[in-house]
Amino acid sequence: MTTAVRTRNTSLVVGAVLVGLVVVTALVSFAWTPHDPLLVDAAVRLRGPGGDYLLGTDKFGRDIASQLMVGARTTLYVGVVAVGIAAVVGTPLGILAGMSRNWLGELVMRVNDLVLAFPALLLAIMFGAVYGASTLTAMIAIGIATVPSFARIARSGTLQVMGTEYVLAARAAGRSRRWIAGRHVLPNISGLLLVQSSVSFAIAVLAEAALSFLGFGTRPPTPSWGRMLQESQELLAVEPRLALVPGAAIAIAVLGFNLLGDGLRDRFDPRLEARR
Amino acid sequence: MTLAIARRTAILLLSVLAASVVVFAFMAVLPGDPAQVALGVNATPELVERTRQEFGLDRPLLTQYLDWMGGVASGDFGTSYVTRETIGPQLLDRLGVTLWLVGSGMLVALLIAMPLGTIAAVRHRRPSGAAVSGFSQLGMAVPAFLAGIILVQAFAVQLGWLPSGGWTPPAHDPAAWLRGLVLPAVSLGLVQGAVLTRYVRTSVLDVMREDYLRTARAKGLRPYPALLRHGLRNAAVPVVTVLGLQLATLLVGAVVIERVFVLPGLGSMLLDAVAARDLLTVQSIVLVLVAGVLLVNFAVDLLYTVLDPRLRRS
Repeated sequence: MTTAVRTRNTSLVVGAVLVGLVVVTALVSFAWTPHDPLLVDAAVRLRGPGGDYLLGTDKFGRDIASQLMVGARTTLYVGVVAVGIAAVVGTPLGILAGMSRNWLGELVMRVNDLVLAFPALLLAIMFGAVYGASTLTAMIAIGIATVPSFARIARSGTLQVMGTEYVLAARAAGRSRRWIAGRHVLPNISGLLLVQSSVSFAIAVLAEAALSFLGFGTRPPTPSWGRMLQESQELLAVEPRLALVPGAAIAIAVLGFNLLGDGLRDRFDPRLEARR
Repeated sequence: MTLAIARRTAILLLSVLAASVVVFAFMAVLPGDPAQVALGVNATPELVERTRQEFGLDRPLLTQYLDWMGGVASGDFGTSYVTRETIGPQLLDRLGVTLWLVGSGMLVALLIAMPLGTIAAVRHRRPSGAAVSGFSQLGMAVPAFLAGIILVQAFAVQLGWLPSGGWTPPAHDPAAWLRGLVLPAVSLGLVQGAVLTRYVRTSVLDVMREDYLRTARAKGLRPYPALLRHGLRNAAVPVVTVLGLQLATLLVGAVVIERVFVLPGLGSMLLDAVAARDLLTVQSIVLVLVAGVLLVNFAVDLLYTVLDPRLRRS
């Protein structure tokens, strides 16, 4: 049993520390960065790490450490908005589908399945084609594409809660469906939703990076990890550091959110208890 | 059984139809009209009007939609407003490249996940099992395109073993085709393999607790032979679900990998079409990709019933 306890704590703690690292970096970047992340200075282009420039400079002479810090902000911004959209839209729909076992619930889930067929990357490229690529279109596209996962989780959680005796008691007492949804369903599925948020956040970070890499996400000059990677590609043979630094940042953020999700799941999903 | 298949086929067809309406509507609400967008802001009003008439863009939207879908149903995707070439043949050509990439990526993912996931499950209380789980967490955190960039750097630039990109048709030169496919397939498969490893581990762990496996072990079978003979088929059911979802991810992930390795697949065609503001082509490629995702989901549903006879009765 000691192993079980240790596994559980490790995921949660390591995940929280990594996510905390990204959040603190982003917050600090509002108040301080070693250099102006946008300052182009040909005199110091492609400086190696060390000295005045902790992680060196890129092909325009911009400080990589400062760009990385501000890039953390972009990453979190995209994640928060995308997951926010998905949770705010998907959760009520899922609860609705779980509570109404009639044509309405069926319709919601059918539409859900349809949206599921439009992956985030594809939606974002479509949005980019029509409205022009930007951080905003990327966030909205990722958010819409994530709605189905929230709706599904919320629905399956709702179905479980609706089968409990306290809901039966509430219904017998003549409580309205809205009251039951707010008082019993939502609090009981909030753990599941928290887990889903963390996992979706990791997916959103990857999606934003891929989109910026393709030129469908954050526009220059706003620093973004995905775009730093894209800009590094032509100089890869001479300066692999330019790709490895933002690549590591993306990996740390994704790993952090995934581990945090795992840790939270072990905490909130009792069905998994036996598995460890 | 037949009824279930018929029902699912009907749902598939309706979903593709609904998706086509969504894609068409999305492109139709575009600010400005497609001819103007394709020709650019400097085009004279006369030229725009002529192009609109030439491509039938002056007709009602419903007529345009029915015309488009009628064509698509018979394999005719229409003529691009920009290149003025028929879209269908090129689309088919590019789809072939993407399918090779997705298929080989899936193979790489399976070759990684099946053995590693099983080992991680059987040794889940030992350090080697934990190491495999750790590897899979790390693998999940690396974007496929970053894996691609690193692999190119290592195996193409530094060691010179494999080409850094480009495409040779398999009929043209099978050896060159295979060499060109290795790095893109590994980049695509590595990350998905890491994700899949976790699911294989969980499924095998579940199966290992089943009574029939305990019986097999009690008969004197060693852990791996017992799993091979009795467990893996049962463990396959949940894995197939994830595999289906992943196939959809791979189809879209291929867009990025094609960019890294300069492969002439559907993804590069899509990105080029967006850059050229070639909306009919964008619309057609998106429909093909979405239909592909729906088709994969349909196939997964059918596979369930083959793998697990218990599901056939419902």
